[in-house]
Amino acid sequence: MRAGVIVFPGSNCDRDVAVALGRSMGRPPVMIWHGTSALPDLDLIVLPGGFAYGDYLRPGAIAAHAPIMPAVVAAAHAGVRVLGICNGFQILTEAGLLPGALLRNAGLRFVCRDIHLRVENSYTPFTQLYEDDEVIRIPVAHHDGNYFADNATLAALEDNDQVAFRYCEPGGEVSAAANPNGSLANIAGIFNRDKTILGLMPHPERLADPALGSEDGSRLFDSLVATLS
Amino acid sequence: MSVAPAAIAQHGLSPAEYAEIETILGRAPNHVELGVFSVMWSEHCSYKSSKRWLRLFPTAAPWVICGPGENAGIVDIGDGQAAVFKMESHNHPSFIEPYQGAATGVGGILRDVFTMGARPVAILNALRFGSPKHPRTRYLAAGVVAGIGGYGNCIGVPTVGGECTFHPSYDGNIIVNAMTVGVVERARIHYARAAGPGNPVVYVGAKTGRDGIHGATMASAEFDADSERKRPTVQVGDPFTEKLLLEACLELMASDAIVAIQDMGAAGLTSSAFEMASRGGLGIALDLDAVPQRETGMSAYEIMLSESQERMLIVLKAGREPEARAIFAKWELDCAVIGTLTESGRMVIRHGGVVVADLPIAPLVAAAPAYDRAWIATPPRAATVNAPPPPSIRAALLTLLASPDLCSKRWIWEQYDHMVMADTVRRPGGDAAVVRLHGSGKALALTADCTPRYCAADPVMGGRQAVAEAWRNLIAAGARPLAITDCLNFGSPERPEIMGQFVGAIEGMAEACRALDFPIVSGNVSFYNETTGSAVQPTPNVGGVGLIADLARATTVALAVGDEVVLIGANAGHLGASLYLREIAGSEAGAPPPVDLAAERRNGAFVAQCITEGWLAACHDIADGGLLVALAEMALAGDTGVTVVPPRLEIPLFAWLFGEDQGRYLVAATSANAERIVASAAAAGVPAVGIGQAAGKDLTVSDADTISLSELRTAHERWLPEYMAATPEASEG
Amino acid sequence: MKARVHITPKAGVLDPQGKAIQHALAALGFAGIDTVRQGKVIELDLADTDPGRARTRLDEMCRRLLANTVIEDYRIELPA
Repeated sequence: MRAGVIVFPGSNCDRDVAVALGRSMGRPPVMIWHGTSALPDLDLIVLPGGFAYGDYLRPGAIAAHAPIMPAVVAAAHAGVRVLGICNGFQILTEAGLLPGALLRNAGLRFVCRDIHLRVENSYTPFTQLYEDDEVIRIPVAHHDGNYFADNATLAALEDNDQVAFRYCEPGGEVSAAANPNGSLANIAGIFNRDKTILGLMPHPERLADPALGSEDGSRLFDSLVATLS
Repeated sequence: MSVAPAAIAQHGLSPAEYAEIETILGRAPNHVELGVFSVMWSEHCSYKSSKRWLRLFPTAAPWVICGPGENAGIVDIGDGQAAVFKMESHNHPSFIEPYQGAATGVGGILRDVFTMGARPVAILNALRFGSPKHPRTRYLAAGVVAGIGGYGNCIGVPTVGGECTFHPSYDGNIIVNAMTVGVVERARIHYARAAGPGNPVVYVGAKTGRDGIHGATMASAEFDADSERKRPTVQVGDPFTEKLLLEACLELMASDAIVAIQDMGAAGLTSSAFEMASRGGLGIALDLDAVPQRETGMSAYEIMLSESQERMLIVLKAGREPEARAIFAKWELDCAVIGTLTESGRMVIRHGGVVVADLPIAPLVAAAPAYDRAWIATPPRAATVNAPPPPSIRAALLTLLASPDLCSKRWIWEQYDHMVMADTVRRPGGDAAVVRLHGSGKALALTADCTPRYCAADPVMGGRQAVAEAWRNLIAAGARPLAITDCLNFGSPERPEIMGQFVGAIEGMAEACRALDFPIVSGNVSFYNETTGSAVQPTPNVGGVGLIADLARATTVALAVGDEVVLIGANAGHLGASLYLREIAGSEAGAPPPVDLAAERRNGAFVAQCITEGWLAACHDIADGGLLVALAEMALAGDTGVTVVPPRLEIPLFAWLFGEDQGRYLVAATSANAERIVASAAAAGVPAVGIGQAAGKDLTVSDADTISLSELRTAHERWLPEYMAATPEASEG
Repeated sequence: MKARVHITPKAGVLDPQGKAIQHALAALGFAGIDTVRQGKVIELDLADTDPGRARTRLDEMCRRLLANTVIEDYRIELPA
């Protein structure tokens, strides 16, 4: 698998995701500066977490217009897998590669903690090493992770199995109490229609190392390696 | 032309200090020069009331690479790496505008660390707010926490630990101290000593505006009402720009282009230029027209005194400017040559083509005032107090766990990204945070500690205790304690009783540092934390750094079912100045627990040995609230019950459970290892006694009380979120 | 030419900040507030002299960057 991580000014999880990907791939991914306009030949493009352009205007809004983004959009349309984590998810929605938007958390505060996710669709390149309805533990760390889409969009997401993960209780129950940010239908991550693009607010790269307490996040990267190698 | 007494006073200078300025210059200073003297000789920059006492601190050890005097302290952590760290205050700005005050405090201390070439890997903080009942406390706490998070989260450095307590003495003066820890390859350490006449002086980072210009100068007659309005006093932080500055500086530091570098913090361009030149014994010719400016029409005075954030001053090797320009252009930051090093020993400042200041550097720095302020020792308190028994053990424990100082601070640390950089091995909530050294099996243990109520009761003992507790927390985490940074927060040094607290705290800290081989490598003093004669409790916050050579030896505070619990250290049931006395009996009376430094060292060394032997399943130091609180924290962390069977006691049970004797730990082990621990302790002259076993879902004190874990958890977790949500966060109380 | 762009959350999009402000105002005793919506104002100083052309360009700026039309409405204000 050839993987590249886009580095925007203000990205701050670029190294973390490169380390996690490197663990799964056996070698580090390519780091790609936002200011270039061409991409190398890749199987996977990762938009990392952070505060690209300080989250000024709206999270992801300015990054969605970075010089590299036309190439990312073109690659995505050509079927290259794209993974957006946290700020990367916000950028994907702003760039129109995923539907909906991420609003300020309902509690209005930044929230950093481990949460539980229910795997909603394990038949994708990103999730094939998880089981359907499996509950995994992954941290969130964001101020604007409150997923919103209009009713028609939401219905389409559900109809096409585009919901990747939902916030849930440790036992798997999808409840309001388990929702850290007010997201509609407890949505934590979604695919595009073709399941070639995944955006999610939780950070799988932060629990992808036994020294940090869990490898629940590793299987997402392992899934991609298994699919794309 | 001489300067009017009013202008001298407005610049915070005494008549004697002004006379010294005229002697140094052989003439009256002009307005710009007066501004420069005013900030260079301010308490903040000159340490004029504190420096004779700070010399008492032990600052050296074989592992210390750089002690106080630079931007931050540096210790050797092996394998060619060093840890760089410092703590600093932002108390006054945070009281005026809590979000921006706290945010810029974090920004400033981050720059102190990365200016030395280190990548910041962790942020800690020490927060002291007023009484929860005070109308402004909620607003201030919400703003400070959001500001710390807002800055650290955005720049992507984890905020991994700290302290937060409440006391009415902070009603009018909150304490907001931030600490940053960074890691650097030893060969890439950068200092702030200018060298090489002819080398360019380069300004990088954000543009200069009228932010935070010295408050004392605001009323100067030179300004009209309009310029007054244009001049914000609150600095606004831009963590995005700081992230770019961090990456750009580290990129440039990877080459050997930099001779010296210092951030523009308090007193901005003035202090960075003077301090770098002074350390190198050189002069600088500065051209203010070349300074990147955000606003039009700024005067030389304003440019020199601006405290705009996210700026650095660099001395480059001559000819390396293009390299620097290319890197800063890539990160979309200003980079401008604004001066040249000279052999003159003078700071010659031009603006609009005219010399606006011409000052000798060495006399200005060397002649900075130093005072031997009058002080009186804090009168001792009665060693014993009359502590009433609690209504029940259960009621006392629940009250303590739900008290503002002991309750879970989850509401705070969940607003901090404490996991970014993916090396946070032990998250907030334990004894010390543990941050892995990236890509290795080693880690740093980090803690921030102080018990202001002890310092108020007995500054010497309180100073000792602050250092000892930091040391103990690092030991309990499985680390070898290396060194500390401090931030000494006190009232006005012009009052002898406050100066007496300061002198006492330093004496106690220095004793503990010597006894524990735990030198002070950097620090900061914040005086004048008082309002209308009412000062904060003396608050010498200590930030400790330790090294865990093998992550497999990092401990946890979490109990597991089946663990035997052993108490290490003597338990005399000391209740003076304790939280039990304050929260249960409503009294702050009594002397603090004595800190026996020899016992502290012996007990700590013994616990460290047990960890090295691999005997411990869990370890926690005993601090505020005493043994039962520490045990409850271990039970909650492990989600297991525990039954305490006290040994034969010669003191009341509640004193044994809630006393705050120092030098104690609770350790957990298998029963076989627990036997080894008790036997080895006896041989080492360390008190150790088995006190119970983990099982079930209740915390039980034999023959006294049983409390369910869920009830404990609710009590522990509930207070802070309920308090913060109790009324809307209206702008001001 | 100075222009202002007012950006507000679309009707139907949850505005937690607006709700918090409403709650706070009620707690301070300001009764009779049905809804509060929090948006933002962006001020631009344009070289354009033709208001019609300025409006066209601003509209494009809003659609491409200044507003996220999934969740936000915008209104352009030009000097009369």
